[in-house]
Amino acid sequence: MNVIRLIAKEFFGMFVDDGNLALLALVLVVIIAAAVKLLALPPLLGGALLLVGCLAILLLSVRRAAQATNR
Amino acid sequence: MQTLTPILSTVTAAFLASFVEVVEAFTIVLAVGVTRSWRPALTGAALALAVLAALVLAFGPLLALVPITTLQFVVGVLLILFGMRWLRKAILRSVGVIALHDEEAAFSEETAALRQQANDRRADYLAGLASFKAVLLEGVEVVFIVIAVGSAHGQTLYASLGALAAFILVMLVGLAVHRPLARVPENALKFVVGLMLTSFGIFWTGEGIGADWPGADLALLAIFAIVTLASFAMVRWLRSAYPALTGGFAR
Repeated sequence: MNVIRLIAKEFFGMFVDDGNLALLALVLVVIIAAAVKLLALPPLLGGALLLVGCLAILLLSVRRAAQATNR
Repeated sequence: MQTLTPILSTVTAAFLASFVEVVEAFTIVLAVGVTRSWRPALTGAALALAVLAALVLAFGPLLALVPITTLQFVVGVLLILFGMRWLRKAILRSVGVIALHDEEAAFSEETAALRQQANDRRADYLAGLASFKAVLLEGVEVVFIVIAVGSAHGQTLYASLGALAAFILVMLVGLAVHRPLARVPENALKFVVGLMLTSFGIFWTGEGIGADWPGADLALLAIFAIVTLASFAMVRWLRSAYPALTGGFAR
């Protein structure tokens, strides 16, 4: 049972380090997927927005970490 | 070219990511072997590999039951989360916000802990457990990487070969030098892996929502180039905006 818990904990930790970054990335994917499926957003535009959005979220995350260290 | 692009990128991503993970696991197994003895070190590592093999055999066939677009979407989203986590850490290490990973320090820490347990009557068990945990935890990441970069385009075999090559290379070099592989430029490798996994994630999530990328698989290279340029721009900007931080991209 401990082995399973150990693996599950490691598996979760693989995706979530900065919780804010993970949450924002998931929200971005959900919004884009919903816009493509429900609002007829062209899928290619959705893909381009995903690329730009991921980079913006990454920038926010590293800036916040740098600010916290610099204080 | 369109057939080679996904194969080469899959093998490279699996090789580099696995290389970093195997180096980290090797450091702990080596510490156990040198400090205690090779029996618990190798027994722990072998048991962990057996658990990992069981996991692959148990969950691997289930992937074949998932429709390809659903698989691309789910794997793509997981790769975005996983890749951006690596990329974030690599960027922050490059500008000195997070300390660089030091295999010599990890080795010293592990050997010190093992020496403290030397008089414990369960010392062999504890040493084996340390080896088991190191291989299991780093191995879980390798298994995920192989499945993730391989499954969405039916290239699990190529991804596995990349990971196997990394394992063999680390073992050969490690056994030859018989010390932690501290000269491996881990952060530079992690930076590249983060770029590749994030690019894979965006590409497949896009395919999962129906995007017909211009240039088909070649679009992966364009996404990789954009993510790379943006990441280097972030490093430069952080260095100029926060000069008090000291960088260390070379390692």
